[in-house]
Amino acid sequence: MDATGSRSAGVAARAVFGATAFGLSLGLASLPGPAVAADPIKIGVIAEAQAIAGASIPQAAQMAADEINAAGGVDGRKIEIVAYDDHSSSADAVRAFQRAVNEDKVNVVIASYISEVVLALEPWASRLKTPFITPGAASNEISLAVHRDYEKNKYTFHGYLTSAALALSVCDAAKELLVDGKKMKSAVIMSEDAAWTKPLDVGYEECLPKIGLQVLDHIRFSPDTTDFTPIFNKIEASKPDVIITGISHVGVQPTVQWKNQQVPIPMLGIASQATNSTFGKDTNDAADGVLYQGVSGPDAAVTPKSLPFAEGFKQKFGNFPSYAGYPAYDEVYYIADAIKRAGSTDADKLVDALEKTDWVGTIGRVQFYGKDEQFTHSIKYGKGLITGLMLQWQDGRQISVWPKEVAKGELKFPSFIKLTTN
Amino acid sequence: MLVLQILIDGFAISALYALGATGFTLIFGVSGVLNLSHGAIMVLAAVAAWAAGSVLHASTYVGALIGVATALVAAIVTYFLIVQPIQRSSKIPHEEKEIFVLTGTLLWGIMIQELIAYFFTNNAKTVLPIVEGVVSIAGVRTPSNEIFTAVVCCLVILLLWGLVNRTRTGKVVLAASMNPRGVTLLGYELTSVYVVVWSIYGVLAGIAGVLLGMFLGVSSYSVGPLTASAFSIVVLGGLGSVSGSLIAAFVVGYLETLTAYLVSPAYRTIPALLLLVAVMYVRPQGLLGRR
Repeated sequence: MDATGSRSAGVAARAVFGATAFGLSLGLASLPGPAVAADPIKIGVIAEAQAIAGASIPQAAQMAADEINAAGGVDGRKIEIVAYDDHSSSADAVRAFQRAVNEDKVNVVIASYISEVVLALEPWASRLKTPFITPGAASNEISLAVHRDYEKNKYTFHGYLTSAALALSVCDAAKELLVDGKKMKSAVIMSEDAAWTKPLDVGYEECLPKIGLQVLDHIRFSPDTTDFTPIFNKIEASKPDVIITGISHVGVQPTVQWKNQQVPIPMLGIASQATNSTFGKDTNDAADGVLYQGVSGPDAAVTPKSLPFAEGFKQKFGNFPSYAGYPAYDEVYYIADAIKRAGSTDADKLVDALEKTDWVGTIGRVQFYGKDEQFTHSIKYGKGLITGLMLQWQDGRQISVWPKEVAKGELKFPSFIKLTTN
Repeated sequence: MLVLQILIDGFAISALYALGATGFTLIFGVSGVLNLSHGAIMVLAAVAAWAAGSVLHASTYVGALIGVATALVAAIVTYFLIVQPIQRSSKIPHEEKEIFVLTGTLLWGIMIQELIAYFFTNNAKTVLPIVEGVVSIAGVRTPSNEIFTAVVCCLVILLLWGLVNRTRTGKVVLAASMNPRGVTLLGYELTSVYVVVWSIYGVLAGIAGVLLGMFLGVSSYSVGPLTASAFSIVVLGGLGSVSGSLIAAFVVGYLETLTAYLVSPAYRTIPALLLLVAVMYVRPQGLLGRR
């Protein structure tokens, strides 16, 4: 067994050397004169091309790469994006990761908005010692794993808010908008059963009572639910002032049924599909009134970079980026920045440089938690860094309503919503 | 209150299941084909109706018609492109044809599903309801669209019953399901009988798909579950028996609704599947099956 293993390894090594030599000679032969361009920096992007949330990831990354290249690249090196479709499947994503690292020789990988997929890729980032950042997955486990075994898992970075931070962001917004603004007192949590909502629900259960919203009931449902009638009826029976959501795999169907059944209770929380600019059309404007958390939005100048990116993206691809598009765009920039500071694409040096990231991107000021903090390598949550936004669908448009500094509108609900003002 | 709620919600979903399964069982009864691209054709109808409304800005009625027409075309294409070539092939042994048709329609369904996901993404779509608003039935707030869905389903099933039992075309179709050779001896071309059946099927699947799009919404992920639900309803009711399918549709619809309300929405489909397994043990031919 061992003998075969080492022999095939030898063959593979020879083949690789042979190929490299062949590639080199071919490359040299085709180069015109002495101006030898440096090797490009390769960034692998693995995402869900058929899902709206995922489709924005490679597009946004490519846009950032084009801009950096147009400005001269990183120390003369161009950035090359190599995109892979994982069909929303962990197995496909792992194969793509292996291929990206072993065959296409990428230096860094940006991948996926689905926590299950990212958690499957994390051990591969460790095994193949390749820096890896997710632009949209939320599960706490991603950064907890880095904290638990830093030496092994330090290659993984969590470029999006953890579920714990998302819960905080929702509670911070709910406090100002609903408790202070509308005198609301009670809530029902409605979330889909998935890896990312487990820590989210724990966060909700903890922070909602603190801000003054009593949790009357907690409904978790299967992500393949199509008929939400029983769920809404059950929620209505406990008479809450607001439904706090944690939904990503579903979105269109509960929203449309909420409107068709005229459930008189507003919905606020995480609703990833509502972040897509096509959500209004997909729901035939049933989305009007839905409040959702985002890290950026088409009308929100979170930083001076947010609006130009959103507009540029729309011009190029016909729609505004999904929520995962903003972090993906920033990630390419701060990877380039880290490579510049490290002076190398060596994995360990790059990890060191990424840890020192201090980058103002489209979603705020990006810094990562350190080795000794609970959510190692996750982006920091807080004022002056990233707080997230609360947006609302109003008349077919996404309007930011919180925090005050970036808000473009006031809360506005469809007529069937009965706000309790007691 | 809860009882009434379950009665109302269960009726709408059951009627929709019944309509979806009727076409499926009709084709099996007449031509022995189990069409596993059923879910894909339903989703195609809903997505076409959605696209007509959202992209081309057609009115809801025109959108719904476009949806049904799309399913009709898709059903006829399925017959000529997938089913007929397999049935006529001399390279496939006769006894293996059923399994080839199963595989062929399954793959065809997957192709349609992937195309929908490619062009319209896998996010769910909903068709703008023809009637909006809610009405109160003895205190239960019910969307008018839910009532509309139930009424249309019942009407279409009645129409189908009339077509099969009261018209000449219907009688030929009925005869073909009993004795295909006999029908050819009377001078009817079997191919044209099959085209008629597939057309009826296309319209039924189209209406069911568009109504489903209005009532609950669909995505490319719905393809598998829709085929599976039609398949289990038809097996439960007895393969090829239209009335068996109708009864089974209501059994499944109410069992699911009861589970969703009284146990948990997460376990909605499980009891119906357990019932199916139990029926397979005790009465393999299904509730009203003949063989």
